[in-house]
Amino acid sequence: MLIASKKTGDRTAMMDRPAHRRLARLLPFSAALLLSGCRWAVLDPKGPIGLEERSIILTATVLMLIVVVPVIALILLFAWRYRASNVKAEYRPDWSHSNRIEAVVWLIPCIIVGALGVIAWRSSHTLDPYRPLDSRVKPLRIEAVALDWKWLFIYPDQKVATVNEVAFPANVPVEFHITSATVMNAFFIPQLGSQIYAMAGMQTQLHLLASEPGTYQGLSSNYSGDGFSGMTFRAVALPTPQGFDAWLAKVRAAQQPLGAAAYEQLALPSESNPVAYYSQVQSNLFADIVAGRLPQPASRLLARTPVRAHRAGPLAPMVMSGMPGMSATRSN
Amino acid sequence: MSTRLTAHGGALAFEPGYADDAADALRNLRGAPAAIDFEPEHHPDSAAIAQLGFWIYLMSDCLLFAGLFATYSVLHARTAGGPTPHGLFDLPYVLAETVFLLVSSFTCGLATLAIGRRSRGATLGWLAVTFVLGLTFVGMELHEFAHMLAAGAGPNRSAFLSSFFTLVATHGLHVTCGLIWMAIMMVLVVKKGFTPSTETRLACLSLFWHFLDIIWVGVFSLVYLFGVS
Amino acid sequence: MLGKLTLSAIPYQNPIVMGAVAFMVVVTIAVLGTVTLLGKWKYLWTQWLTSVDHKKIGAMYIILAGVMLLRGFADAMMMRAQQALAYGGHAGYLPPEHFDQVFSAHGTIMIFFMAMPFMIGLMNCVLPLQIGARDVAFPFLNSLSLWLTVAGAILVNLSLAIGDFSRAGWLAYPPLSELRFSPGVGVDYYIWALQISGMGTTLSGVNFIATILRMRAPGMKLMRMPVFTWTALCTNILIVAAFPVLTVSLALLTLDRYLGMHFFTNTLGGDPMMYVNLIWIWGHPEVYILILPAFGIFSEIIATFSGKRLFGYTSMVLATMAIALLSFLVWLHHFFTMGSEADVNAFFGITTMVIAVPTGVKIFNWLFTMYRGRVRLESPVLWTVGFMITFVIGGMSGVLMAVPPADFVLHNSLFLVAHFHNVIIGGVVFGAMAGLTYWFPKVFGFRLNETLGKAAFWCWLVGFYVAFMPLYVLGLMGATRRMDHYDNPAWRPLFVIAAIGAVIIFCGIALQVAQVVVSIAQRERARDLTGDPWQGRTLEWATSSPPPAYNFARIPVVRDRDAFWDMKQRSVEMKAAVYRPIHMPRNTGTGFVMAVFLGLAAFAMIWHIWWLAIGGVAAAMVALVHHAFDDDRDYYVEAEEVRRTEVLRGRAQLRSV
Repeated sequence: MLIASKKTGDRTAMMDRPAHRRLARLLPFSAALLLSGCRWAVLDPKGPIGLEERSIILTATVLMLIVVVPVIALILLFAWRYRASNVKAEYRPDWSHSNRIEAVVWLIPCIIVGALGVIAWRSSHTLDPYRPLDSRVKPLRIEAVALDWKWLFIYPDQKVATVNEVAFPANVPVEFHITSATVMNAFFIPQLGSQIYAMAGMQTQLHLLASEPGTYQGLSSNYSGDGFSGMTFRAVALPTPQGFDAWLAKVRAAQQPLGAAAYEQLALPSESNPVAYYSQVQSNLFADIVAGRLPQPASRLLARTPVRAHRAGPLAPMVMSGMPGMSATRSN
Repeated sequence: MSTRLTAHGGALAFEPGYADDAADALRNLRGAPAAIDFEPEHHPDSAAIAQLGFWIYLMSDCLLFAGLFATYSVLHARTAGGPTPHGLFDLPYVLAETVFLLVSSFTCGLATLAIGRRSRGATLGWLAVTFVLGLTFVGMELHEFAHMLAAGAGPNRSAFLSSFFTLVATHGLHVTCGLIWMAIMMVLVVKKGFTPSTETRLACLSLFWHFLDIIWVGVFSLVYLFGVS
Repeated sequence: MLGKLTLSAIPYQNPIVMGAVAFMVVVTIAVLGTVTLLGKWKYLWTQWLTSVDHKKIGAMYIILAGVMLLRGFADAMMMRAQQALAYGGHAGYLPPEHFDQVFSAHGTIMIFFMAMPFMIGLMNCVLPLQIGARDVAFPFLNSLSLWLTVAGAILVNLSLAIGDFSRAGWLAYPPLSELRFSPGVGVDYYIWALQISGMGTTLSGVNFIATILRMRAPGMKLMRMPVFTWTALCTNILIVAAFPVLTVSLALLTLDRYLGMHFFTNTLGGDPMMYVNLIWIWGHPEVYILILPAFGIFSEIIATFSGKRLFGYTSMVLATMAIALLSFLVWLHHFFTMGSEADVNAFFGITTMVIAVPTGVKIFNWLFTMYRGRVRLESPVLWTVGFMITFVIGGMSGVLMAVPPADFVLHNSLFLVAHFHNVIIGGVVFGAMAGLTYWFPKVFGFRLNETLGKAAFWCWLVGFYVAFMPLYVLGLMGATRRMDHYDNPAWRPLFVIAAIGAVIIFCGIALQVAQVVVSIAQRERARDLTGDPWQGRTLEWATSSPPPAYNFARIPVVRDRDAFWDMKQRSVEMKAAVYRPIHMPRNTGTGFVMAVFLGLAAFAMIWHIWWLAIGGVAAAMVALVHHAFDDDRDYYVEAEEVRRTEVLRGRAQLRSV
């Protein structure tokens, strides 16, 4: 079960927004929902990216409510007040134009949209997934590969790898390089912030930071087939760099290398994989996956799928393996 | 609530040219309940509407080609280590193809003039020439494809080749449909002569033919000329 | 001989599917049996299947939409049930390979075979009447469009019984939809059903544009057209511009799957991102194709039922055109998270927000139409007011996600699912229901039962909120879409509430079915004798209900907007003294026959039965050419018969009521 635990008494000062927290709690839901800490994920972020994004969501909502609430009120008011049975209300059947009203109804949405547009422009740049975080700490580089239907995490500098668990120290920026060895997926840790697509033949980048230690749920948010729902992972933010070293030691103690054969085995379709550790990783594994240099599984067969015998038609294409694919990385 | 009837009589002005027959005019003068103005007798210009409809369809076809052009633009550099335009395109050959097609557009225009003159012989003659020129174009294109396939540069080889073959072959398929249509129209002209519907269809056919010419100019420029430069 | 097709294609191990198939078979036999017992085959063929009358074609589109609503909603109920059950370690009752087909079918059916046919059906029924025309510009093409759409719908349902449906979602993103990752026939069913019905839709677009531009009554200048006609014009321009891109996207995917090409594959240069761009360049205009007619419907209804001119006609027209144009400039907001540069994301985010401005203007204009009007709170108005409130909320969540960083945490979540259902149900479905109630008397000659209609509305409204507000919350809790099971126990109560909402909507649908049945049974009591049951303002209400086949005995000259209201104000009646022969197109079975052959060809393509595919296309072409050579395609209704028809329809009754 992947839930975030809130360490009581441990509050980081980074972008603390008590007003927004109170707002979230005002929402009327049953007591059971309020007990555990991670419920709100997007509205209860644990990192600066997520906090900025939550702030945008709340600001934009409030800005729009300025118009939406009066409009809804007017809709109900007018429908009621001018209902046919209310003969006391004024009736002007030919009144259908007013320059002043036109000016207002064009202008007010323009102003709101203008404000939102400025927010959109600025925040698209500051929260660009490819933009490194403002931090004096050197980022930790982690490579994430979407497989059918699990996540492989490679630590190129530490030379270890894991499946379905990624760990990093809190308050250290993490630079994710993401690809897929199969179909389109999306890498997402809701409580830390943005998601980004994982696509074969190319790599995307995502910069995140956890400001509080804890275990957060990660998932793929782009449907990728039958095992998609089980494609969740744990994102563990360790309280100290020493804690991270201890975790690394745990991984290395697994004594399981990830070479070509082991990778090929891992790449076969499977779902709801338990966490696995690899003490050694073949160098340049990630680059090889992106470039398509590794043999791909023949086709999508899963034991659970009832096999319907279809004779392959005369035009079934051959699967070409080992051909260099396009490695389309972004210029920045 | 319904229409209240009052005798408006002459209070309703009727616009000359739009009012109905004398019977109606008389009723108005007599102070009978005003009748509505109806349109004078005329048939909607179905030939013009048919051509408008065909134009609109042609615009949708234009967007179809736009999608294929966009795909080619994005994928043309993805040769996956395989054949590139430089090795593949034989510009003189394609130029000859192009000339055949452009001339066929001209002869199609001559056929249109013959239709205007109501000259059955000339129409059929020029349509036949157009047909042969178009058929030559398609034949040359098929020959080019066969050559490329034999050289291992088929559409399965890379994204560039997939998009090349699809763009060019879609145009060729349109030309082929045009040829079939042309043959049917020639039969129609023989059997029924220049009826309004035959004329309208011939007008649409020539629109189609010229349109395909324009698309080919785009293909020739973007794919062949740009490809080898 | 039969390509890939074998008996093992029938999923007899799967009880749920076989149950559904059995149900479909029983219903089909029941319908065919009833027609046979009543001896109505000739009537059905000559009056309906071969009809080129826009009113009948429109009615058949709407019947198709209604049937497919039931099928699509069954899929929805199945999904809600699964997600309410499958939490923690429970697997629910639907294995993933089935659940994935259910959600793919749900989206495909609802968009292509429910919402589109509904709107096209309403446009068919109403448009020629509203502009004072006798039919659409190309009646035969109209019939062909209908039957092509039906063929597509049949293919999708056939996939239940023979083979399986796509498991790649309603847009079939590659590489998942490529042959390597979807080796079965599912994606092929999806592709061919959409290509066939897409052809029909594009032809409809051409048809309606030509009709609106060239067949309006004299005096009906563009700025005197009813707002529904304006929105229909813009919608059909969008159709003609956008559907070719869908054709291209699916065709390229087909070439990848059938001929091993590399447009969107993972190898040899293919680029799945190209598909995503192409499909959404179609996809975003598509949702405006759905909503613009609904906006038009609401404009008509609110003016009529407020007894007042529509507020701000000119700005309504300008807003509609702005929305249509802008709809082509926003497509990237469907994939902000695909990794585009910040400038690109920001640009598309801003254009998306800009579209909210003309949409907001429309809401205000409807608001001020009610202001100082006499609003009759009958069910079309209830649907309208419900729409206004619901759509505003849905628009709000949309503008929220138009800010790229907000989308970074909400993309593909249940928040997104809630948003688009918010605007599609609140906008398109409510609009369709309102339009159905409003124009039903015109097409069929009697009103729908108002009590059941109101009850159905309340079930839909309450049910919608109960079903989808929890999804907004779930999205904010980090729940993503298309999950067949999940671990977080905090999510479960919300899924249960959503399932209850679905049941409430089901009650609404059941009430609507009851409404139709009861209304037919009580039709004599609810007959529309005047042709104008709602004190209408536009020309369609100037005819009898239902109108004669030729619509208008004489085409009226239009003097003002709200042409019929203007006539009523001037106390003039639609009564000619002199009748003229009317030129009408003959019914033809060519459209039906062509659709049968093309449907067969599509089925053959799915199962790689090449001889049948080629044969089907060839036969369809032969039918078309045969039709082209046919000279006997029209006839004249003699003036005397027109006069008799008009007298019989009591056109003189405008005097007495």
